[in-house]
Amino acid sequence: MAYAAGVDVGSTQTKAIVINEAKHIVGRALMDTGANVVLAAEQAFAEALKSADVQEEEVEYVVGTGYGRYRVTFGNTQVTEISCHGRGAVHMFSGTRTVIDMGGQDTKAIRVRPSGEIVDFCMNDKCAAGTGRFLGAASNALDIPLDQLGPTALRAERPVRISTTCTVFAESEVLSWLGKGKKIEDILQGVHQSIAARSIGLLRRVGVEEEITFTGGVARNIGMIEALQKGLNAKLNVSNDSHFMGALGAALFALDHVIARRAPATSGRPS
Amino acid sequence: MICTAGIDVGSTYAKAVVLNEKGVILGHALNNTGFKLAEVARQVYESALRSAGMAESDISYVVATGFGRHMVPFSDTQVTDLTASARGATFFFPGTRTILDVGGQTMKATRIDDMARVKSFRLNDKCAAGTGAFLEKTARYMGYGTTEIGPLVATSKQQVAISGVCAVFAESEVINQLSVGSAPADIMHGAIASLVDRSVQLMKRVQMEPEFTLIGGILRFDTMARVVREHLKAEVNVPPEHLVQFVGALGAAVLAQRRLQKLNLAAEGSPQRNECQAPN
Repeated sequence: MAYAAGVDVGSTQTKAIVINEAKHIVGRALMDTGANVVLAAEQAFAEALKSADVQEEEVEYVVGTGYGRYRVTFGNTQVTEISCHGRGAVHMFSGTRTVIDMGGQDTKAIRVRPSGEIVDFCMNDKCAAGTGRFLGAASNALDIPLDQLGPTALRAERPVRISTTCTVFAESEVLSWLGKGKKIEDILQGVHQSIAARSIGLLRRVGVEEEITFTGGVARNIGMIEALQKGLNAKLNVSNDSHFMGALGAALFALDHVIARRAPATSGRPS
Repeated sequence: MICTAGIDVGSTYAKAVVLNEKGVILGHALNNTGFKLAEVARQVYESALRSAGMAESDISYVVATGFGRHMVPFSDTQVTDLTASARGATFFFPGTRTILDVGGQTMKATRIDDMARVKSFRLNDKCAAGTGAFLEKTARYMGYGTTEIGPLVATSKQQVAISGVCAVFAESEVINQLSVGSAPADIMHGAIASLVDRSVQLMKRVQMEPEFTLIGGILRFDTMARVVREHLKAEVNVPPEHLVQFVGALGAAVLAQRRLQKLNLAAEGSPQRNECQAPN
């Protein structure tokens, strides 16, 4: 059995996926990217191999993606995370036409063909507003762990309206709402709505076409899923492996290479 | 002697200045703004009164300014930060025509006329890049506190290019720079240069004219004034070191004096004014 792998070195977390020839995920790993990008990529890959119980030699092709893709020193090639998220999303939800990918420092809206090819995309390139970092700022300011943000926000009754755009200012705004006696859940719901509103702005720029698939680390946040669904008035595809979607796409591109390499050899062999 | 006070409740610090009618600063005080604006305004006012050796009853008129100006219950009136800083800047440098004010969360460029009236202004309303918060964040990513920024940059040999588009993205940039071996001092120097770049763009948009006066908390880092001078290739005025953060509050106190004079003229001689004595 041949294997292929994808390593997605994101701004905040590094993800690795190992798939088999049947395109099934056999191993995965996730870790903080930290300062040593090369090391993070190596470790995530090693970890994913271990979880797949596969030896490195059995992996025939590795594709690196994400902002640190050129630091995946053991990778055979690199593919942009836009292509990878498109590919991964269509693989997992074949009806996908629009992808919203929300990561630690960036948010991307991607429109794809049924084949997974990219039609258009749009991203926040100059500003961290509307990204996972905005949630990070709220988590810091309120001293609530990231994974509790969504569930807490869902308990809101009267969400506040967050007026700041900048993530840096948001931290002060959150504290000032606390100072005014607002409930944590109402503030958090406001934070989620504000991020959702910015992402929906990005989506509208590429044109929203259903089905919409939500990928990236923030897709683990139930509060954000709800806020986006409400804002878009549409249901989102979300998988348990949403934050691995880029790595999965990369692994699928890697598998293409494995198959393409083999094709001439196979055809040339007398049967 | 008629005394007035100016209270400047800024995004990061609250400042108060006590001024007499001869234009002598009798007292000043500074406190972190925090989130209880009315309380901090009161605290900083009382500290300034103490430093002037005066009581609240000695003050005839209080003008509040800054983003929290409406949260100063004891003020007689409020003016915008632009109006106040225009007065404060011309107090020190009467020839001022363009003011650059960089504070904790704000960056403002203002063009004024020879009467210190605001003619044109631009500010960063949505983004922390180009404000003190940008430098603070950059320093924090490298493990330095705000007060260490000045001494750190002083040791810089050359600046590293920092794009400065976003205070959050700066973190990745800083990490990349550190991982290729750049010195923290040079990275910080680069961050200041990128901030100055943004400030100068803002100044261009108000059609800046000399004289230029720099004000705001950012001047606690003296590299800032030097980099602005280099960038503009022009002389820039900088208020006395211990008062760089007080220009807005001072301007408010000056406006309070003017307001009183007008009121007095209007009342034509009615002598109901509190008198105050400057210590010494």
